[in-house]
Amino acid sequence: MTSVPAVATAHEALTGNPRFSVRGLEFYYGDFHALTGITIDVRENSVTAFIGPSGCGKSTFLRCLNRMNDLIPGTRVEGKITLDGADIYGPGVDPVDLRRRVGMIFQQPNPFPMSIYDNVAFGPRLHGVSKKSELDEIVENALVRANLWKEVKDIMGRGGLTLSGGQQQRLCIARVLAVQPDVLLMDEPCSAIDPTSVQKVEDLMAELKSSVTIIIVTHNMQQAARVSDETAFFLQERQGEAAELIEFGRTAEIFTSPRDRRTEDYITGRFG
Amino acid sequence: MGKRWSNRIALGVLWACGLITVAALGAVIVYVFVRGIGQITPEFIFTKPHGVNAEGGIGPTIWATLYVTGLSMVIVTPIAVLAAVYLAEYAVQGRLVNAIRFAADTLASVPSIVMGLFGFAFFVEAMGFKFSVLSGALALSFLMLPIVMRATEEAIRAVPKYIRWGSYGLGASKWQTVSRIVLPAALPRILTGIILAMGRAVGETAVVIFTMGQAIYLPLSPLDPGRSMTVHLYTLAMEGINMDAAYGTALLLMVMVLFFNLSARWLAARNRRLR
Ligand SMILES: Nc1ncnc2c1ncn2[C@@H]1O[C@H](COP(=O)(O)OP(=O)(O)O)[C@@H](O)[C@H]1O
Ligand SMILES: [Mg+2]
Repeated sequence: MTSVPAVATAHEALTGNPRFSVRGLEFYYGDFHALTGITIDVRENSVTAFIGPSGCGKSTFLRCLNRMNDLIPGTRVEGKITLDGADIYGPGVDPVDLRRRVGMIFQQPNPFPMSIYDNVAFGPRLHGVSKKSELDEIVENALVRANLWKEVKDIMGRGGLTLSGGQQQRLCIARVLAVQPDVLLMDEPCSAIDPTSVQKVEDLMAELKSSVTIIIVTHNMQQAARVSDETAFFLQERQGEAAELIEFGRTAEIFTSPRDRRTEDYITGRFG
Repeated sequence: MGKRWSNRIALGVLWACGLITVAALGAVIVYVFVRGIGQITPEFIFTKPHGVNAEGGIGPTIWATLYVTGLSMVIVTPIAVLAAVYLAEYAVQGRLVNAIRFAADTLASVPSIVMGLFGFAFFVEAMGFKFSVLSGALALSFLMLPIVMRATEEAIRAVPKYIRWGSYGLGASKWQTVSRIVLPAALPRILTGIILAMGRAVGETAVVIFTMGQAIYLPLSPLDPGRSMTVHLYTLAMEGINMDAAYGTALLLMVMVLFFNLSARWLAARNRRLR
């Protein structure tokens, strides 16, 4: 990782290699230029928070990282994104394999209409695990890591949709963890769930980050400050213009002494 | 005339029109029920007709009706479902897809007597299946195909996007997502479509008279001929042979169609509750 050009918004290096390196990313929805000049390194064993006003392209950027945007017709990517040094948009890369390595959690919990057990076992089964004992172990392990095991261990046969919203979200997290991803992308995972579950999700993030790189989009400044090691601030300055990465650095620094005026304005609540 | 009065009159007209609809249905049901109920005995349901006046029962016609309906369902379901999956999930939305959809809708509106004639020319004669349950089922499947296909397509489209994302996000391929998530989630609505189409097939006369024949026969092989309940009813009534048996047949036919429609409604309602 020594040959990559310097990150535009250079900052003191944290320990840990970059997992994702993004260089000069441009993103288009058809004619609409949504993101421009995004250059950022996301380090392993850390939690990175993406903040910024609604519509500034945080979700769009997140979906570039697991090529979920490929599913939207007419989208186009320029620039380079590497995961552990390999270009994820390179020839021969199967987005299906990439998505197994880079899991995603959405704002709206989206359990499948099947039992709790089958929800978590879905991914492993997809990738060829069929032995009951092996599946049982993977499912339990994933539910433990997702901070949900105690609540559901006796009702594994119940429909995933019968759980509360916050439990559903943790079920979705377990479902992703069951396929052993290297990265977890979380798009406002806590904005539709109850406070108890928010606490549990924040706890599990702290426990997970030693093994899984986490990127979280959040509108809640306190949450970003609590859970993340580094924070990136995105902004679309004018309606219809492409959004940019304004500032990226250690969370403590971003929140106490932001270098950019616009970051400061956002954090102190002057817009967004 | 004041506002209040015109309002009352409008309301009265609307109410009367609603009443006429209910009364029409009620009249048919009550009339057929009263004339037919006396006929309904185990003997009527399970035994063969016999004698010049078609005394006895209508057993073989019930069997032939269920057989041909079941067989056409077996033929239609995979084709209609896969076609719908293609249309909803794979095809590039555009002219071709719209053309297929238009074709399906037009197919659904072809008069059934025309479909019967075609079935006769194509399946009975050209393909050489003779008057048989198979010919009948194939011709009926032309009728059922658009119903099941459109129901399936709508069912697939109604599966929320974010559930698919969940599956793609786990590294599922498109086909894995469609077969393991989308189709199971759409299943209740697909079944509703299939049941409605079966109800339609049970009540169909023109198509089967041209393709399955009129011989009273207990078909076992798909290549056997048979007479459906509708054709039996038609023959009994038109030739004035046995009006009592005709009404008995009509009543059973209505019960069967009603059963299919109510099952479809029940499924749809249960599905809404689960959402
Ligand atoms: N599927 C899409 N097609 C076209 N434009 C989109 C699509 N999704 C998002 N956008 C646009 O891209 C911009 C960024 O949206 P998004 O990434 O959802 O922002 P955020 O997550 O920061 O709120 C917005 O202007 C939005 O309208
Ligand atoms: Mg968003």
